Amino acid sequence: MADVTIEARNTIKAFGQGTQAVRALDDVSIQINRGEFFTLLGPSGCGKTTLLRLIAGFEMPTSGQILLDGIDITDLPPNRRPVNTVFQSYALFPHLTVAENVGFGLTMQGRPKAEVADSVARMLALVKLEAMANRKTSQLSGGQQQRVALARALAPKPKVLLLDEPLSALDLKLRKEMQVELKRLQTETGITFILVTHDQEEALTMSDRIGVMSAGKLQQVGSPKDIYTRPVNRFVASFIGETNFLPAMGVAGGAKLGCGAVVDGVAAQGAVTLTIRPEQVRLTAADEPGAIPATVTLLVYFGTDTHVHLALPDGASVVARVQSPATGEAGLAQGQQVGLRFAPGAVQVLED
Amino acid sequence: MSLAEARQARTSARNGWLLSAPALVILTIAAIGPLLIVLVYSFLTPGDYGNVVWEFSWNGWKSVFVEEDIFEGTLSLADAHLTIFWRSLSLSILTTVLTFIVGFPTAWWIATKPPKARAFWLFLITLPFWTNILVRTFAINQIIRNEGVLNSLLIWAGVIDAPIQLTYTPTALLIGMVYVYLPLMVLPLYAAIDRFDMRLLEAGYDLYASRWQVLRRIILPIVKPGIIAGSILVLVPCLGAYVTPRILGGGKMMMLGNFIELQFGQGRNWPLGAALSILLLVIVTVALLFYVRALNGEKRNG
Repeated sequence: MADVTIEARNTIKAFGQGTQAVRALDDVSIQINRGEFFTLLGPSGCGKTTLLRLIAGFEMPTSGQILLDGIDITDLPPNRRPVNTVFQSYALFPHLTVAENVGFGLTMQGRPKAEVADSVARMLALVKLEAMANRKTSQLSGGQQQRVALARALAPKPKVLLLDEPLSALDLKLRKEMQVELKRLQTETGITFILVTHDQEEALTMSDRIGVMSAGKLQQVGSPKDIYTRPVNRFVASFIGETNFLPAMGVAGGAKLGCGAVVDGVAAQGAVTLTIRPEQVRLTAADEPGAIPATVTLLVYFGTDTHVHLALPDGASVVARVQSPATGEAGLAQGQQVGLRFAPGAVQVLED
Repeated sequence: MSLAEARQARTSARNGWLLSAPALVILTIAAIGPLLIVLVYSFLTPGDYGNVVWEFSWNGWKSVFVEEDIFEGTLSLADAHLTIFWRSLSLSILTTVLTFIVGFPTAWWIATKPPKARAFWLFLITLPFWTNILVRTFAINQIIRNEGVLNSLLIWAGVIDAPIQLTYTPTALLIGMVYVYLPLMVLPLYAAIDRFDMRLLEAGYDLYASRWQVLRRIILPIVKPGIIAGSILVLVPCLGAYVTPRILGGGKMMMLGNFIELQFGQGRNWPLGAALSILLLVIVTVALLFYVRALNGEKRNG
């Protein structure tokens, strides 16, 4: 059994009173393991930040418990929880230098000056900001401020580091760099990271496990591959990556699509929805036996890939992602008749 | 530089002077002129019925600090003047401290209200400004006098048996001054707190700071410019206060403002009054220099 660091038990958080009350968290239970990079993923307003704030201690749950290493910390104020946060706005102290910012937590814990200075130097080295120690935070770039925020939160060696959309204020290139950086820091320090993000790509590339949230509920928890290839419902399938939904009827040995074609190897009963990722749709010649006939309606060029929008005979639409043709090679054309196949095992049946 | 360019530069320089002429005229007439007159007066001889006689004399400045015994001709330190200086300074500093203690929570409370409510509370804070200071000071007198609202209320509530003698005491003066100058403390504090990023509080709590540490290590250092501005805005007019000590002090609690007025009135010693005014100006200027220093220090570090 895995070693659980943070656990939320049946936490409910309601804002507002009486009938006006809105449940930001609706009976969420989750266990996060020691040394894990865990990501809470969901659209804005899904409750992921609320859950993070409950763990940090900024909010009290309406009901339920938060446990740290098996001990109930629900009633502890934030300054008595060995949990630190990297804020979305960084919230660096403008009147302090970079080094003073990084050392703030340790100073407040009453550590001796020499130890603080030592820790600060190590933390600044870890985030590669040694040269900036005596600057004011306002003199730093966005990426550097982000690193200071990280160093400040890591310096007191928390049991859990909470990251509230830490990369959303950075431009794309810097964001990619910091994703790698965060992963490196997590591996080097061995601290449990809980990241909140609405960026599914960020979640997929960085996390050990992902918890997908929607409407105050945890929809699915699993490894990035699990979540991507085996989404449990329509929300998870559509929120993470692009996908195709096809209504179908369960028949013996497969599921029958609206156009009459039967998809083999899926277990379905009654009316169901099938989902398949665009890259798992294979295009073939129109007359290939067993292929579903389709018409190309639109071609969208993405550089290495091209999205081919297809119409099935019954009007249902499917998007296929194919490698763009090499230079000089003739590609597909709009209105062209093609055949399509689904990669074996790639079709998922959703419970809806 | 070609001839045409040189001429153009000359023209634009002349136009620059012309454009700033109105400001220069106003500055000369309204600020520098009167100040120079006061400075000159402080070095003249007092006339018998007020005004000055155009005859150079150090006596105005001398009598600020020393007294001459008329009969023996000996000099001694002007105790009465120093008492007034000390009273003005200590009461002004005390007023500044009290307005901060009352004003900071008030400003904080307003700054954390929703924007619409803020405008309302700020309006209430500034409301007394629209009323004549004389009327307001008399009103305060009505509240604190022996048969006034405060004492009646306390007696009715059974807290005290006999009215507390407040009128014409330093306490009355302090109450009046704090009341009059409170808005001047609240407004700059509010402006500073309004700019304060409340998310820093969470960051502080998250990093193991107690409430007290958050106040001392995060809030106060960041709103310091507002604290300094408010303190100067209260301290400076307090030093020269005239109406409040006159009414609430009942003539017994003379402060610098009253003392200066006395020299130009019954005292018929304009040079002394002028010297006192210049001295007050110097004190205020020194206080302002401290303020600018503190702000610049802030910028150098920031």
